[in-house]
Amino acid sequence: MSKKTLIPIGPYHPLQEEPELFKLYCDGEIVKDIKWETGYNHRGIEKLSESKTYEQIFFLVERICGICSNSHPFAFANAVEEIADIEITNRAKYIRSIIGELERLHSHLLWVGLAGHFLGYNTVFMWAWKYREPVLDLFEMISGNRNSYAMFRVGGVRRDIEAIKIPAIHKVLDDIKKKTDLLTGAIMDDPVIHARTKGVGILTKQDIIDYGAVGPTARASGVAIDVRKDDPYAAYPLVNWKVITAESGDVFAKAEVRLLEMYESISIIEQCLDGLNKEKEGDITIKVKEIPEGIGNGRAEAPRGEVFHFVQSDGSSSPVRHKIRAPSYVNIATFKKSCIGQTIADATISLAAVDPCYCCTERMAVAYDINSGERIMNANELINESAKKTNEIKNTFNSQI
Amino acid sequence: MGFKNYCFKKSLWVFHFGGASCNNCDIEILDCLTPRHDLERFGILLVGSIRHADVLLVNGSINTRDKERLIEVYNQAPKPILVVAIGACGCTGGYFTESYTFAGPVDKIIPVNAYVPGCPPKPEAIIAGIIKLVQNS
Repeated sequence: MSKKTLIPIGPYHPLQEEPELFKLYCDGEIVKDIKWETGYNHRGIEKLSESKTYEQIFFLVERICGICSNSHPFAFANAVEEIADIEITNRAKYIRSIIGELERLHSHLLWVGLAGHFLGYNTVFMWAWKYREPVLDLFEMISGNRNSYAMFRVGGVRRDIEAIKIPAIHKVLDDIKKKTDLLTGAIMDDPVIHARTKGVGILTKQDIIDYGAVGPTARASGVAIDVRKDDPYAAYPLVNWKVITAESGDVFAKAEVRLLEMYESISIIEQCLDGLNKEKEGDITIKVKEIPEGIGNGRAEAPRGEVFHFVQSDGSSSPVRHKIRAPSYVNIATFKKSCIGQTIADATISLAAVDPCYCCTERMAVAYDINSGERIMNANELINESAKKTNEIKNTFNSQI
Repeated sequence: MGFKNYCFKKSLWVFHFGGASCNNCDIEILDCLTPRHDLERFGILLVGSIRHADVLLVNGSINTRDKERLIEVYNQAPKPILVVAIGACGCTGGYFTESYTFAGPVDKIIPVNAYVPGCPPKPEAIIAGIIKLVQNS
């Protein structure tokens, strides 16, 4: 048997903001196997939830994940409203969708930035995060906080979006559209990015179906799965939009899907804002007296894919059972397909392409010699490895010119 | 001012330890480094190894699995090191105090020099915390 090297990434290292351990088993530069360990972010949320009232759980599920801090309350609200058979007002539906799509905007911008960072393009990272700031300002204007918006409650939303705030939202959206054009142009036309991402980390349609992957990961491989279309909720059936898919399933396709989805998000928000004008101001919540006995399934499309919440109620003020499944939980399993057979430098971006969210799932990655157990690489070196490859490609292009 | 404290006056290098966090604080810490707030103009830099760091940022509630690793990271740090607990979870445990995996707020595990409360704290609050830390050290 040839000599293999184990590269551990994590649990605490700069590649991932969250703790999680990936172990890459390498033969020379080729990744032969990958294993991952989680549990560094286990907080016992499902158990905690059984000791809280329904109103309190919204604040708890919001803190499952800070980036998709709206998707979990969204799915939970859908589940509880299914139990209690509540139909919320149209205005509340529009507000829910606006918050959901603004979140997708900021999350995809964040991903574009991080992907740039992993490829060795720190400028893309800085730019994308700069363009993300106005979205966070909108959140601050609407909800009072940049993250963790606390907008949801059973039977509606907590805060209204008054007519006076709408022009400011339109202005930011117009601005972001221009910035997205710029980013899309920069990424789609760059020959170096093409060379680094095309044909890297490919997931075929069959892989997606086998692993049950969801969200942009699945859509980039031509599987048009989107909870907003498949099981419509909130205002999504009331507006016109389309599911973005790509065919090739590589890292480039995943970036393409995310960038094009941002345009869809902007269009959904604009239509929802028009819808808000038609509804009576302040009509955002209906009174819910009690949650009856029963079970409810709630789904929502988070920026990373389908969030699923199962709630069982016995008629008291707290649920008996609350089960949560986050999109990264299924998407992380696809690493087995996307990383094996790649070089170490490409593994970094392949891991990042799924946009794994460990606080949702829990997570980490490092390099050890499989025979001696000797550590050969740390995370920084891994990013450097990736940046080095980009530079080499860049130089090749430059020398051709 | 001793020599050690003089070293903290400029170019603080920061190592970030995310415990069992929801990512919000992690993102806001990164946000401090991006163009709008741009902490890097003061020489504040996020580094990949604790052995290079002057400041250890800890955020998130610490669960039983993170606890031993936090202690190990702290022991590996060159001393003196400034420890900053970021966010409600880092300062007190926040919403997760009653969780069965909760292993105590950061200051029960390692000595803490500064607290930045908030869920998540705004980048401005993090910057204010760091300025106070530098002025008082």
